[in-house]
Amino acid sequence: MTQPVLAQFMTELLSGRLKLVDLTQTLAPEFPTIVLPPEFGQAWPFRVEEISRYDERGPAWYWNNFSMSEHTGTHFDAPIHWVTGKDQPNNAVDSIPVDNFIAAACVINTSAESADNPDFLLTIDYVTRWEEQHGRIPERAWVLMRTDWSKRATPKDYLNMAEDGAHSPGPDAEVVPWLIRERNVHGFGTESIGTDAGQAHHLNPPYPCHYYMHGNNRYGLQCLTNLDQLPPQGAVIFAAPLKIRNGSGSPLRVLALAPSA
Amino acid sequence: MTAPLATPKKKNPVQRTRLATLPPGARSRSALGLTRAAAEGRFELQVCADCATVQYPPREVCGHCLSEQLDWQTVDNHGELIATTTLRHSNDLYFRERLPWRVGTVKMAAGPVVVAHVHEDCAASGTVRLTLKLDRSGQAVLHALPEQDTPNMNDAAQLRESTCDPKHRRVLVTDGKSAMGIAVARAMLDAGAAAVFLGDPTPWKTVAAYDTLIEDERVQPVDLDVTDTDSVDRLAASIGGKVDLLVNTASYLRGNPGEGGILGRKDVILARDAMEVNVLGLMRLAQAFGPGMRFRAADGTNHAVAWVNILSIHALAPLPARGAWSASMAAALSAALTLRAELAGTGVRVVNIFPGPIDEEWEQLTPPPKLSPAAVAKAIIHALKDGVEDVYVGDIAEEIRARLRENHKAVERELGQ
Amino acid sequence: MSARPRLGYDGVVVNLPVTIPYARYSTHSAHWWLGRALGELIRGSGLAKRDVDGVCVSSFTLGPDTAVGLMQHLGMSPRWLDHIPMGGASGVVALRRAARAVQAGDAEVIACIAGDTNQVDSFRNTVSQFSRFAQDAVYPYGAGGPNASFALLTDYYMQHYGATREDFGKLCVAQRDNALKNPHALMKKPLTLAQYLAARSITDPIHLFDCVMPCAGAEGYLVMTEDRARALKLPFTRIRSTIERHNAFPEDPIQFRGGWAMDKDDLYAHAGTGPEEIDFLETYDDYPVINMMQFEDLGFCAKGEAATFVREHSFTLDGSFPFNTSGGQLSVGQAGAAGGYLGFVQAVRQLTGTAGATQLAKARLGMVSGFGMINYDRGLCSGAAILERGQV
Repeated sequence: MTQPVLAQFMTELLSGRLKLVDLTQTLAPEFPTIVLPPEFGQAWPFRVEEISRYDERGPAWYWNNFSMSEHTGTHFDAPIHWVTGKDQPNNAVDSIPVDNFIAAACVINTSAESADNPDFLLTIDYVTRWEEQHGRIPERAWVLMRTDWSKRATPKDYLNMAEDGAHSPGPDAEVVPWLIRERNVHGFGTESIGTDAGQAHHLNPPYPCHYYMHGNNRYGLQCLTNLDQLPPQGAVIFAAPLKIRNGSGSPLRVLALAPSA
Repeated sequence: MTAPLATPKKKNPVQRTRLATLPPGARSRSALGLTRAAAEGRFELQVCADCATVQYPPREVCGHCLSEQLDWQTVDNHGELIATTTLRHSNDLYFRERLPWRVGTVKMAAGPVVVAHVHEDCAASGTVRLTLKLDRSGQAVLHALPEQDTPNMNDAAQLRESTCDPKHRRVLVTDGKSAMGIAVARAMLDAGAAAVFLGDPTPWKTVAAYDTLIEDERVQPVDLDVTDTDSVDRLAASIGGKVDLLVNTASYLRGNPGEGGILGRKDVILARDAMEVNVLGLMRLAQAFGPGMRFRAADGTNHAVAWVNILSIHALAPLPARGAWSASMAAALSAALTLRAELAGTGVRVVNIFPGPIDEEWEQLTPPPKLSPAAVAKAIIHALKDGVEDVYVGDIAEEIRARLRENHKAVERELGQ
Repeated sequence: MSARPRLGYDGVVVNLPVTIPYARYSTHSAHWWLGRALGELIRGSGLAKRDVDGVCVSSFTLGPDTAVGLMQHLGMSPRWLDHIPMGGASGVVALRRAARAVQAGDAEVIACIAGDTNQVDSFRNTVSQFSRFAQDAVYPYGAGGPNASFALLTDYYMQHYGATREDFGKLCVAQRDNALKNPHALMKKPLTLAQYLAARSITDPIHLFDCVMPCAGAEGYLVMTEDRARALKLPFTRIRSTIERHNAFPEDPIQFRGGWAMDKDDLYAHAGTGPEEIDFLETYDDYPVINMMQFEDLGFCAKGEAATFVREHSFTLDGSFPFNTSGGQLSVGQAGAAGGYLGFVQAVRQLTGTAGATQLAKARLGMVSGFGMINYDRGLCSGAAILERGQV
């Protein structure tokens, strides 16, 4: 029975009726990582050192060493990342059942609001109005918040730091538990540096997306791009983190399958 | 009187860049005592502990009483210039390119007779001041200077061969967003630097003093993160041929005292981050900018001249409360000494600055005295103008330095308390 | 001065002056030059090789060999061997050592030889490894070689004693006149005072014709008993008196006198003569100022009056006060350590009547002086000998 489905899938893909969209930012040293108060431990940015490039260090081959944190670049947050998820079963990237790495996605476009207000917060009201237009969020689907933040070209604009910290959009403290409770979502994804808003430490609880999602064994995706190429409903996301033992997350390649427009 | 140094002309792009030659650098082991003094800007000769005869050239035993008890001591540096000559010919490649060259015989008030480089503002005879300075070979030489300072005396060509004056030079300040970087950049501009390339490791962060500084047309902001090889390489590809002086202000100090030791932490991330900036950052800069500076070590009057590392006195004696950082400073010093050896063949001087605690955020709980970044910047300018290579800045650094000589075990025990 | 009377050199003589013609540059090693000098001495004496039972060697470029290695190289088995590393004082000092050895019976015939090669890099190599004090305290100041040291002491001498470039020039011109009669001299063209004065400055106040030209060459002579010399029918010179001194007047802030000033009274007393009796003078002349000092310090005029002395004499072979009759190093060339033999060998020629075109009409009593080793800021070795024509 499976064979015909996959064969049909490949036919659709090869014919161009289905498209693959890369939702991943390029890993590069200058891509910003989250900035925490300096007394806390800091995530390593992406760094690369050439091992050899067809030279005396290796005549016929080119390769690099790289280093970064589990939360650098486009990355996946596992429940164990947050203290609320520390006791959840299968909460680390190596133990999450692999069927969680493919899920449907809803894309909520807040780009207009985010352009006007970098501190824009997604609310229950906003989501319900979105559902009126695009249909109810299905069970176990990723909710991806499109802000067009990935189009901010410089690290300065992307991080958007002020004296009172970063200013970037995210969900408010009510919508996250509502999505889990009322819609049983798979996880939450954003274009900015975290799943929470830049000023989310002032919300109650602080960092509600991390707090609730991981506390309920759900996942996070951040630093996504190309969300503008996805339909509001109907896309499928492939997001499989690296199999790091007890890893809290991982940089990854996020691919979306969507019907061609 | 010395004419003020003219603004260097733009380089003729079809003229070959002359490679650096060095003055004779071979010395007996005893004579390296002069180099030790010159490296720190002191004027010391051997003095016999038994008969007090001052010796020169350096000896193994006293030339007067044959005692072997010869101690290096600060002595009166004044003397009478009794003969001078101007070399108009030399078989030595270095001097050949720098003729005419004035030398003289000085009868020191302290006793010995010395041959010294003679400053152009010295009269043919009369009282002169002797100083010990490092020449381009990195070894000590004596310079006879006028008894009183004269206008523009640092601009004299012969003296400039022993100094690294920022005047008319282009300076890369690697981290221009730190308080230290800003202070160093300001000091360089005040000292007559032609241009300052002001490194920006955090373009996303707004620093008002940085923004003010880059309004000066002599200041050019450049992206530079010393932990990012690609960033360092890209900048070197862009301005590597223009850096006459490099001051590495990139520095990593985190953690409150006591949180930065070894047993006081659960991980080596802080240590590794410190190594990334303080040690590997220095090496990345060296690999990217060293070749260009080495190539340009004789390129006109504003040739590449010096590489300044701002280390810490704790590179020499660790502060266990900041053990990981101290280890990074010790490693940075070791790397700096290697760099010094590697650049020695071209005359580009590596100047190491050893300050005591700096008055900055991470030293909030450190009791005074603490050094302002401006004071360190001033010490750097002095070091470059005076031609020294090791600078201990501030009372704490000088005290630790002196006590290390007296009893390094005492320093070890007491810093550990 | 020593209270004990010095022994004379009775019964010991010097003979057979030889010069291996100088070359500006040589592809040979020092061994070649020294070997040729020894060969000339042995062939010229009529002795068998084994009869030369003592050798005294001076050379800067013999390294890595010493006099010992040279003996194996030359197949010699001497029972007495010395190595005199005293540069310009070597000729006189070698005589002092050899004469006493022959006198005491430690050797019968001693060959004293000095020679150096001059390859394109030799001078720079010799200079750069010359002495520790020079390495530590002179070369770093651009003074690669003795030019700067002599410039400084010339500057001092001119300031204090009123000597002028014309005075130095007069000596150089007179020496060149003498050299034109010496077939071995490398300088073949006359020198005028105008040319001297117009020469380019090398290291103020030293100009081109104040400097010697480094070259390759060798010099030698034999020391033996008078009886042996008579048996061999070799003309000889007697040794009336000698002196040497090292690191004289260390308290002088700069060199304005040499060790001769300490020892000249001894020199004349031992010889039983005085400066007025000396028929000619051969000095070590690497720069003209040092000639002036030797006039003064050897008693030919008072300290500081050499300039006046120069103005009063002609210094040529046929004039008053014949001086550096071969042309001296300034016109013959400086063949390394052989430069310390040049004046000595020329004096022996004059006193054995073998000086050829440079032969003086009257040469009964001659003086040779040596000076050498600018170790730091001054020449450290000085020596002198009064020699007398022997009656064969």
